[in-house]
Amino acid sequence: MPKGLTWRFGLILLFIFLSGLYLTPTFVSPLPSWWTGLLPKDRISLGLDLQGGTHLVMEVEIQKAVEGALDLIATDLEDSLTAKTLRFKKIGRTASDRVQLTFYDRGTADTVQKMIKEKYPTMELVPPYDEGGFVSMQLRMGEKEAQERKDRAVAQALETIRNRIDQFGVSEPVIAREGLTNIVVQLPGIKDPKRAIELIGRTARLEFKLVDEAINPATATPGTVPEDSEILIEKKTDSTTGAVTEIPLVVKKKAMITGDLLTDAQVRIDSQFNQPYVAIDFNATGARLFDQVTAANVGKRFAIVLDNTIYSAPVIRERISGGSAQISGSFTEKEAADLAIVLRAGSLPAPVKIIQNVTVGPSLGQDSINKGLIAGLVGIGLVIAFMTIYYKLSGLVANFGMVLNVVYLMGALAALGATLTLPGIAAIVLLIGMSVDANVLIFERIREEMRLGKPPKAALDAGYDKAFLTIMDSHVTTLITAAVLFQFGTGPVKGFAVSLSLGVIINLFTALVGTKAVFDFALSRLRVKRLSV
Amino acid sequence: MEFIGKTHFDFMGKKKISFAVSIIISIIGIIGVVQIALGTANMGIDFSGGTAVQLKFAQPVSIDKAREALSKHGLKDANLQEITEGNKLLVKVGKTSLPQGNAADLIQGAFQKEVPGNQFVVESSTEIGPAIGDKLRKDTLIAVAISLICIVIYIAWRFDFTFGVGALAATLHDVLAMFAVFFLLNKEINLLFITAVLTIAGYSLTDTVVVFDRIRENLHKNTKDSLSVIFNHSINEVLSRTIITGLTTFLAAGSLYFFGGEVIHDFALALVVGIVVGIYSSVFVASPIVEVWGRRTKTSKA
Repeated sequence: MPKGLTWRFGLILLFIFLSGLYLTPTFVSPLPSWWTGLLPKDRISLGLDLQGGTHLVMEVEIQKAVEGALDLIATDLEDSLTAKTLRFKKIGRTASDRVQLTFYDRGTADTVQKMIKEKYPTMELVPPYDEGGFVSMQLRMGEKEAQERKDRAVAQALETIRNRIDQFGVSEPVIAREGLTNIVVQLPGIKDPKRAIELIGRTARLEFKLVDEAINPATATPGTVPEDSEILIEKKTDSTTGAVTEIPLVVKKKAMITGDLLTDAQVRIDSQFNQPYVAIDFNATGARLFDQVTAANVGKRFAIVLDNTIYSAPVIRERISGGSAQISGSFTEKEAADLAIVLRAGSLPAPVKIIQNVTVGPSLGQDSINKGLIAGLVGIGLVIAFMTIYYKLSGLVANFGMVLNVVYLMGALAALGATLTLPGIAAIVLLIGMSVDANVLIFERIREEMRLGKPPKAALDAGYDKAFLTIMDSHVTTLITAAVLFQFGTGPVKGFAVSLSLGVIINLFTALVGTKAVFDFALSRLRVKRLSV
Repeated sequence: MEFIGKTHFDFMGKKKISFAVSIIISIIGIIGVVQIALGTANMGIDFSGGTAVQLKFAQPVSIDKAREALSKHGLKDANLQEITEGNKLLVKVGKTSLPQGNAADLIQGAFQKEVPGNQFVVESSTEIGPAIGDKLRKDTLIAVAISLICIVIYIAWRFDFTFGVGALAATLHDVLAMFAVFFLLNKEINLLFITAVLTIAGYSLTDTVVVFDRIRENLHKNTKDSLSVIFNHSINEVLSRTIITGLTTFLAAGSLYFFGGEVIHDFALALVVGIVVGIYSSVFVASPIVEVWGRRTKTSKA
């Protein structure tokens, strides 16, 4: 009676039980009410290639985040110098990492230098120098701070995108940072990927700018407008014909109010024209600013600018002090809803660029699942038939090991909450073929030993012993490739590597312990005298 | 049941023929790899960047008509591929011929306008920026190189250096053979193909290791006979296993090829090719190299 037979069968049964336990949530839905507490709830999730969905990789244009911060500093300096009646010629960002200040005399420059040192202690200051009759100095953002800002921009963009997706309503989205600048977004089962991408990728920088009425927009060119103004386009869509007209408008570069002062944005329907619009509410600072600006500019036009496109430019009829406003434009209800979402979720700190977009329709995914299942079943059937014919009863034992393999593998995938992709299914099918390999090695050895005239028990043990090292070697090499695939692979390939490496490890157990236990049992308990191999 | 009993094939004696065959295959494979390096091979957009859209039409659309529709909208260079079942069409646009605007929208718009009345759904749409493609290509090269190096180190540790080189040669040979077949058939080189290549590298190595294991065992038992005799004897001993395992894996990969659907059709093809080549190389490439090298070191020692 071989040692530890009970122990080995116990282990086999334990693993079967565990696999069943972990697979229950995947196959039983909904779970019975008593299925609570420590019982596993994770199911094998399907990859985007199987259930359909969108996989996006976005690059945050981090340099723009630094430039934006410098622009803010420039505006802020302008304001505080004006407030202190310090005269300057020009303040503005030059290059991508510095702000240049130009003064008429050195005295002012020295005062400002002191002030800046207190206000922006982390900025690097290039001391004042004479330049063409004026005094200039430069304020540079240090390498380290720039890096921090870039890093924060990506983290902020990630949060904002997560907010937008949550409000848009996608079940089980994956939003993760990848590397320094990239953000990966996975939206399983999404119905309208185009709309979602537009929603996620929009910078959504909302600005209120005064229209420069002094200049005729029809004749203005970028060269002729004053330095503090710019030409922006207002897009109007005719609701009946759908034709888009583009109207240029000259507006002041400086934004009076920006979107970060919002507290809420909601879609409303205009009862008079049955047109959707977005109602926005400002916070205390925003409300005060809005009150001041509208009071000072009654009769002028106020342009509502989103991502450098004018939504509308209504005339300020009276002072608005309630802290709320509305954005109307020619948009559909869906567009208005999306606009409200992006305004609520906030703007991205820097524009994002979509560098990878993989969208799989649900029909193709279902098709892949069905075909994968058929291929798997046919593969299993063929291998089982072949092994039974070729190795007779021993073949059946190998088949038992193979089925055990598949069950364990599925159980392990469920326990790890792994994602099954199409290449993952391919790996399982491939493993079916490879899992019998260990047994083939052993059986061929046993046949050789029996040809030498050894009795069944000795032939069996010698077969397993001598095949052991070979099996180890071959499994380790496969494991090496699987590990490398996992390390460097992305998405579907990673799924393949997970299935493959788990399968290889499980296969070691089923081949060396599983099938051996069956043989030992047959030889010792059933008193089998002849090996059917 | 038994396909082959005790065999006495003279595998080593055939090494002139097998080396010639392998060298030809490898050269074709190298040409294929060079094409990839030059960027003239049929690369998948995951490596080259670009846009691929798979459309399923209600009625059949001829390739010519589809090309005409696309060229009217500035997509003359689009690569079209018909998927036989279900009126499916795969349209690929490389990054170089990418016009301004969103290529996926452009493709859909072109068909909406030019083939009205034939409804279609977008089954899948992939857009890859050139930066991603470059990064992926680099990562993949590193992955292939690292796994090959790890494997050689492992074999060299388990056996000895000569065996490591033999195994590496056999593995490289299989990888090149897969590239050769895909190059000759003008199949797409994409990430799935590389996955298949790495899988086969592992598989072929398994085969090689089994043969090497037996050779080592027989080298210890038998010190009288020449290397060639021992090698031949060992390969013959494990021949049955080589063929049976090849067959079962082949059955599984074959069922993926025939029933697995269009997405993994080429992937399964790569596996099938790799399995066949893997069996061949463990018998006809790995062992003869070890034998030739082993004999040389022996004579130089004597």
